[in-house]
Amino acid sequence: MNAAGSMREKKPFHFFEFLYKYGTLITILLLIAVFGTMTDSFLNSSNIINILRSISIVTIIAIGLTVSLAVGGFDLSVGSTASLANALVISMYVWHGQSAGLGIAITIAFCLVVGLINAFLVINFKIQDMLMTLATMFVFQGVALTYTRGATISQNMIMPNGDFATGQIPKAFGKIGQVPWIIVIMLVVVAAVHLFLNYTKHGRYMYMIGGNPEAAKLSGIAVSKYRLIAYLVSALFAAIGGIVLGARIMNAEVNAGGPYLMDAVAAAFIGYSVLGAGKPNAFGTFAGAVLIGILSNGLIMLSVPYYAMDIVKGSVLALALAITYYKRK
Amino acid sequence: MTVSAASRLEMKQISIAFPGVKALTDVDFHTAAGRVHALIGANGAGKSTLMKVLAGAYGHYTGHILMDGKEARIRSPKEAKQHGIQVVYQEVDTALIANLTVGENIMLEKTVHDMTGRHWVRWKGLHQSAQAILERMNVKVSTRKLIQDLTLAEKQMVLIARSVAMKCRFLVLDEPTAPLSKTETEQLFRLVRLLKSDGVGIIFISHRLPELFEICDDITIMRDGRLVVRDEIRKLDHQQVVEHMLGAKLDGQFPCRKREIGEICFEARGIHDSGKVNDVDLHIRRGEIVGLAGLVGAGKTELCRALFGASRASTGDMYLNGRKLRIKSPHQAVRSGIALVPEERRREGIFVDEAVSVNLTAASLSRFAKWGSWLSSAAEKKAAVEMIANLGIKTPNEQAKVKNLSGGNQQKVAIGKWLLVDADVYIFDEPTKGVDVGAKRDIYDLVAELAARGKCILYASSEISEMTGITDRVYVMYDGRMIKELESDKTNEEEILLYSTGGL
Repeated sequence: MNAAGSMREKKPFHFFEFLYKYGTLITILLLIAVFGTMTDSFLNSSNIINILRSISIVTIIAIGLTVSLAVGGFDLSVGSTASLANALVISMYVWHGQSAGLGIAITIAFCLVVGLINAFLVINFKIQDMLMTLATMFVFQGVALTYTRGATISQNMIMPNGDFATGQIPKAFGKIGQVPWIIVIMLVVVAAVHLFLNYTKHGRYMYMIGGNPEAAKLSGIAVSKYRLIAYLVSALFAAIGGIVLGARIMNAEVNAGGPYLMDAVAAAFIGYSVLGAGKPNAFGTFAGAVLIGILSNGLIMLSVPYYAMDIVKGSVLALALAITYYKRK
Repeated sequence: MTVSAASRLEMKQISIAFPGVKALTDVDFHTAAGRVHALIGANGAGKSTLMKVLAGAYGHYTGHILMDGKEARIRSPKEAKQHGIQVVYQEVDTALIANLTVGENIMLEKTVHDMTGRHWVRWKGLHQSAQAILERMNVKVSTRKLIQDLTLAEKQMVLIARSVAMKCRFLVLDEPTAPLSKTETEQLFRLVRLLKSDGVGIIFISHRLPELFEICDDITIMRDGRLVVRDEIRKLDHQQVVEHMLGAKLDGQFPCRKREIGEICFEARGIHDSGKVNDVDLHIRRGEIVGLAGLVGAGKTELCRALFGASRASTGDMYLNGRKLRIKSPHQAVRSGIALVPEERRREGIFVDEAVSVNLTAASLSRFAKWGSWLSSAAEKKAAVEMIANLGIKTPNEQAKVKNLSGGNQQKVAIGKWLLVDADVYIFDEPTKGVDVGAKRDIYDLVAELAARGKCILYASSEISEMTGITDRVYVMYDGRMIKELESDKTNEEEILLYSTGGL
């Protein structure tokens, strides 16, 4: 470009372009301002920590989903996988008396098998990712339920033979679910995946596959291998989410991970546009989760009744999506 | 299908321009009911544009269209259909609704246009009318079968049946035989003769000379948006048709090359791919540019993809420097030292939403990764900036998104990606398709330079002038087979085109 060209670099201000890039962040700031002025305690440091703690599980699960979205996939089974991980890890302690580390290791190993099954079905049968993982979502939800015989697993629960369960949940394990560790785990996960997707060759390959699978294949990228890795990563983070969930509530409720799916999907999709990335990305997903977390927290502070919460939550999400995706033709 | 025998269609002084191009200049065309008229020309000669004008796809042409000597106003597809002009385009799948039945598809336009004020579909009547049309056409397909279960040939029959269901005085068939087998082609010809005897005027676009001479009565040859010849087809022979299609040659658009051709480096034997490529053998010497000529649909793209491991069903043996290659996927092909610049640039060659630098390093990313995977953005940027300068890619900077570049520059990016890889064999599939003249010259230079560096080049193109202009040796494909090998010095465009069109 010549000098005259670079002078004209200063482009006219595009309003919708600006919204696309910063819409989510602006919404977050607006919500903070609104809730901050309308309530006294919203901006307290304890409430801020509270918000971060409440979004940590959603964020961890959503980050796994983000990786599956990056290769152009869509792992709908993350909620079920989290439920399964929750049931497995608690049962390892309560039923089998394992140590903290071994319980976590066994749980993650089983959940990676889940990822392997998803990847195998999606890659080999060439069925749309969303449809296939919708099916496996039910399967793994059922597996988790069957494993717990449809009951909650907790310390001193009554076993089918009439005895009390004798295993104890290790103290060290419980720490994972408490501040500050739960927040630290979330931030490490976000940072690690951000670095992986943006600064390693593997992350670059994943975005290429997501952007244009045919061109990626013809560029010599091992497409199937990377799709497999993406589903393994997705299952891994769903497992971590389920384990942290278990550590937080110290038991395994029926289908405890299920409700996290839709919040995770929302967080990941809101994250597409953050800072103009235009594709699934870890930081954006985190911002999406923060938006959802602030919203829920603020509405509770404003004493909005729980049964009306979803109306407001859904509306604000729709608004956030509308201003970010309303683009010039 | 009731037509008076004297029905005539005339197009007079048709001109049309698109931004930057004059597509047609004063073209006259005329044909009559009950005649089969061949329309032929090289790529970009304007035959499809002319037929689109007739079909009412463009409203902004100048000139006149006359039916039976009376001025016919055709500016929209609807008006064209009212005058009884029906077109069956090459891409049959775009015109059919795959999850509806044959009967519904045949009667589609009747259902859309002739049901004003009625709301209930009479299924029995619909299938009876569709069945009656198919029977008259002598086509044996159940009207209740779904379109998605049909073969390509049957789909074509359904489209022709739909045209006949409406008022049909002139039927345009745009390269109908390209995807058909020999028996399917014969079936189509029977149908064409039947329609002809019913008094329908048929305009038949094809590149296959033997077919045209078999089925057509008259011929119009076009070149560069102009009419060249219109005559009865029996007054011409293959050689003359080819000469008229090519016309005078342009000189100076190809680079002069010093040829240093070494020993045989790449060899492929017995390449097969599910009916589209049949038993192809080829070899390329070091520093040699080997052309792959043939018309659209001759199997060039399929062969290129088979050599690159991008086709699932392909079989055959490949050798590089005497070593047998095991290639089941493009990933293995790239590792073995083979590179492919694919034909469909936007779909297969580039990542439109990514930056130029990301595109350029896509195939060689390992070179820019430290400790096995950590990307060095500085090294990547340096390589990208150098490549942009070397290839003369016009982009504001290496971070610009590829979708904002022009077609020629996108193609340079798609090629540049492979220059960073340093492969032994480069396969180019229609690299100058949709590229402006200046960029074309740059691409020829690039190909020549690769050859000078001792690479093996396979250059597939349906632009015949490129074969004589840039290659050392030419393989000609026809119907999935390698039918001729020619020395580029000792041949000419007429000969190549003659073999490509199945002449001789």
